[in-house]
Amino acid sequence: MSAAPQQLPLLVVGAGISGITTALEAAEAGRKVVLVEREPYVGGRITRTHHYFPKMCPPSCGLEINTRRLERNTNVRVCVNAEVTAARRTDTGWSVTLRHQPAYVNELCTACGACSPVCPAEVADPFNLGLARVKAIRLAHGNAWPRRFTLDRAACPAGCRACVDACTYQAIDLDAQAHEETLEVGAVVVTTGWSPYPLEKLPELRGGLDQDVIANVHMERLASPGGPTAGKILRPSDGTAPKRVAFVQCAGSRDVNHLPYCSAVCCLASLKQAVYVKEQLPDAEVTIYYIDRRAPGRNEDVLTRVAAMEGVRLVKGKVGKIARTNGVLKLKVEDVERGVLSEAEADLVVLATGMVSNLKLQAPPFGVLLDEDGFGLPGHDLGLSVAGVARRPEDVAASVRDATGAAARAIAATGRRG
Amino acid sequence: MQRIGVFLCSGCGIGEALDVAALERAASEEKAAHRAVHPCLCSPQGVATIRAAIDDGSVDGVLIAACSPRAKVEEFSFDPLKVAVERVSLREQAVWCQPPNHEDTQLLADDLLRMGIAKLAKMSLPVPFTAEISDTVLVVGGGVAGLEAARAAAAAGHPVVLVESSPTLGGRMSGLTHLLPECPPYDVLHPNRIAELVAKVQVDERVTVYTSARIQHIAGQPGQFAVTLTTPQGEKSFMAGAIIQATGARPYDAGRLPHLGWGSSPNVITSAQLDEMLAKGSLQRPGDGALPKRVLFVQCAGSRDPQHLPYCSAECCGTTLRQVATIHQQHPDIETAVVYRDMRTPGQLERFYLAVQSQPHTMLTRGEVERVSGNGRGPLQVHLRESLLGNDITLEADLVVLAVGMVPNAADGEAVRALHDAKVRAEKGDSETQRRDAAALAEQLAHHEGTEILHLEYRQGPDMPVLKYGFPDSHFICFPYETRRTGIYAAGTVRAPMDPPQAAEDGWGAAMKAIQCIEAAKRGAAVHPRAGDLGMPDFFLQRCTQCKRCTEECPFGTLNEDVKGTPQLNPLRCRRCGICMGACPERIISFPDYGVDRISAMIKAMSVPEEFEEKPRIVALMCENDALPALDQAAAQRQQWSPWIRVIPLRCLGSMNIVWIADALSRGIDGLLLVGCKSGDDYQCHYVRGSQLAQTRLGNVQETLTRLALEPERIKVVELSHHEFSRIPQIFNEFSAEIEGLGANPMKGF
Repeated sequence: MSAAPQQLPLLVVGAGISGITTALEAAEAGRKVVLVEREPYVGGRITRTHHYFPKMCPPSCGLEINTRRLERNTNVRVCVNAEVTAARRTDTGWSVTLRHQPAYVNELCTACGACSPVCPAEVADPFNLGLARVKAIRLAHGNAWPRRFTLDRAACPAGCRACVDACTYQAIDLDAQAHEETLEVGAVVVTTGWSPYPLEKLPELRGGLDQDVIANVHMERLASPGGPTAGKILRPSDGTAPKRVAFVQCAGSRDVNHLPYCSAVCCLASLKQAVYVKEQLPDAEVTIYYIDRRAPGRNEDVLTRVAAMEGVRLVKGKVGKIARTNGVLKLKVEDVERGVLSEAEADLVVLATGMVSNLKLQAPPFGVLLDEDGFGLPGHDLGLSVAGVARRPEDVAASVRDATGAAARAIAATGRRG
Repeated sequence: MQRIGVFLCSGCGIGEALDVAALERAASEEKAAHRAVHPCLCSPQGVATIRAAIDDGSVDGVLIAACSPRAKVEEFSFDPLKVAVERVSLREQAVWCQPPNHEDTQLLADDLLRMGIAKLAKMSLPVPFTAEISDTVLVVGGGVAGLEAARAAAAAGHPVVLVESSPTLGGRMSGLTHLLPECPPYDVLHPNRIAELVAKVQVDERVTVYTSARIQHIAGQPGQFAVTLTTPQGEKSFMAGAIIQATGARPYDAGRLPHLGWGSSPNVITSAQLDEMLAKGSLQRPGDGALPKRVLFVQCAGSRDPQHLPYCSAECCGTTLRQVATIHQQHPDIETAVVYRDMRTPGQLERFYLAVQSQPHTMLTRGEVERVSGNGRGPLQVHLRESLLGNDITLEADLVVLAVGMVPNAADGEAVRALHDAKVRAEKGDSETQRRDAAALAEQLAHHEGTEILHLEYRQGPDMPVLKYGFPDSHFICFPYETRRTGIYAAGTVRAPMDPPQAAEDGWGAAMKAIQCIEAAKRGAAVHPRAGDLGMPDFFLQRCTQCKRCTEECPFGTLNEDVKGTPQLNPLRCRRCGICMGACPERIISFPDYGVDRISAMIKAMSVPEEFEEKPRIVALMCENDALPALDQAAAQRQQWSPWIRVIPLRCLGSMNIVWIADALSRGIDGLLLVGCKSGDDYQCHYVRGSQLAQTRLGNVQETLTRLALEPERIKVVELSHHEFSRIPQIFNEFSAEIEGLGANPMKGF
């Protein structure tokens, strides 16, 4: 006999800022929630972001409150290193299969850090988008929650048990196995977020071909104190401070050959990053090449601030090509304002690459209706909704808004508690 | 607490760096009823030893001397109604940041332990709060945000009362022929379904709708708001558990835009007026009633302009594109032109923009409109200062549409209250000067007269406080529905500039918060950010001197006042930040697990060596939301710093009571470091004004310090963000050096 829907937990898929929000808002209203995340920590993309616009404040500040809410609320069960592999509708909601990846480091871990120094294997740091190398066993990042180490098992040298021997708390099990679990849930909210549009798809802008042509997401890591350069903005090629930084807007977005839509956050990301550069390197020349400066609502403050900064130029123009000639990065710009084609040089180029819905890359098995770009559409019943960037390109404030509403939909779908 | 159990962990290097047996002896000196050392206290076996001591009744207070209070929270959580818990961060605050087996490290650990025991001894258990709680959600405003909020709350099973001041529901959306696409196909207009939504809400048996109605007053607190409405059917009174303010926005007053031709030509209209014409299918030039041949739209009319609205109104680009498409649908031969500064069509709206761009007879161009001239006869001249077409050029049009921005329909509660107070003072002030100044202030604030919307019976004002640009929210990035009035949430364009689909979504979000607040009230639990906290504030009113500081400083308007000025507590409005407790000069406010005497006891429990040369002592009062996490991260990286500092985490720096400074200095402590979060317009304080209030209070004591021959430099306030962990050693070491430079606290040894 199946349980009444209001007794069943809600399932939230993806624990970025949207998923965390949906889970917490429902849980604090008394509902049981299962929050599933494929990474070993919650927070998603915002953990890699140095500052939020327009307030220029660290995302970890709000995340601190959210992780505290998560760890103190017994209504939420957080499953990291897990994915939904199957789902089917039932009379009361959904029956879903969760696959838990092997827990090589389990909840006995105290994050004491004894394992990392003895680990002989290094890997490219996925948290820092490959800009640094880290030990195969490590804390994924400084504020990682749940606060336990993670092991890149594939990188272990054959037969190595150095970390196991160093751990006093039996927290490491190199032979851990994946396992599956079936859950009955009342409603599903999909908050699977986004991935950056790959640099490699922009070879005309030397994306993926040149170390000093980075994406906006890399700039966030360079500016962050927990990043590969401890917060110093340095050219990846030679570790020097750039004197001329160029931001190329709509790198992929608003382009029928790449992403036909506007990714909605890249203008503000670049304006924000211009502030990072100027605060750290006051003499640097910053140029932002844009089609339109899109800073809706109170975000206009960032544009006003940056436009008034000395040494920052905002140029309406589309960068058509970037080449490296005699060791110098040269940008071919169609300067729409003056109606001329011009050329500019830069030491560091930041491509404002857009957002790709993760539902386009790998949709969980709920049969979410997608538009042609992979954004989830409304129009399902209340038992399945999509929020955050999985729904549409939007910033954190809008994602939190939608994610809160999604929690209300899931509650409405499953009737009232008690 | 009576029976304190001290549970020491020797894991994570604690046992190797410290003499744990000595710490156990210290616990025994402090009269801990139960003491235990475990090699891994957070392991299931370690936690079991704590549980056993709780279950057999040998302890009612648990001191966990192990890692940071931010680590292993789930493991170290016990029934808050049965046992009080205090955490001492030996790992992060002593072992990881100090050299092992050093005398100073041991002294530090010893102090931290004794301080924790002293605090725990003064703690008590929360008393469950129960009260009759109303399930009803009051929604103020029947536009799209209010309608969706009503629908959402009703769908979750809540009774809803929807109040709308106009005679009909639907708000500004009712007048629109079409809407912008929200789903495929993205390149065409979609039908406006507002009438269906109105109908759905009207037939919903859980929703009671009052149109042509207003709020007369709202008293009480979340779960227990006593609402009285004025309706055409007479006065209606009922209880509500939470309130959603969805009062929308109004178009910016075009009368302030004479340079754009408003007022001088009838053929200059606003986008709102154009929508009215399009809805009736009667597009015409108001000057002569003729069909215009060329319609020109001026974007950012008032928006993105420091003289008018400094923000972007977020929906006007989309509105104009919708109107261009509608005109084209109704009159394919009319030419349309749009002059914009930046075309803002985020997401898939880009596809609609492209579709409009490719329409015949449509020109969209970037430019700055300097002025619009002309009168009712002949075409209007639109002068562009800078544009893609060239500088200083003039375009002609026979109808100009100003895409005016939006202004939130929110009353500035604090200003209304200031006006009211000024009027009273102008009447009954003590002196002629006071009466005159008050009259001048009242004059200045006169435009707030009669602007009340919610009519809250709150000492701090009848409406929500507004922040930058007049929006009534408080943390719009991370926690967009938070406001400074507990249980009252803003939704839709009153909260932030947004378009109709976003406002619809906002209704659901605000409904979620309203439902959640009602559930929390039923449990007597706090809402955000200390969600679930069961400890209620306690006011020992016999000693209250009616100074009113608590009623003034509470960021959430928790306290009302009686006629004498004695605070009247509304516990369900309380967020547990402790700012009132910091404000109170009589120290009569406390929480079961937090209070002035708890922190004073900690300060008194630390050892203060009499010989300064050897061991100066510094107390660091640190915000637990930002500064403490930064410290933890610095410690996790094994950064090292001065061993003289004793950290006391505070809920908010705003809860700092000046008496702690007096306690510390009179004990011979040489310096105090106050570490809070960023203040100002872009504040990061989860309680809005904490670090700012701490600074103000400190400013008030600096003079006293000088009088006592104490250098004001002995107290330092630092703002630290969550991510600035690398500054911790520098901040601590520099302050230690400064204190060393100042020499011993002259009160030492007295």
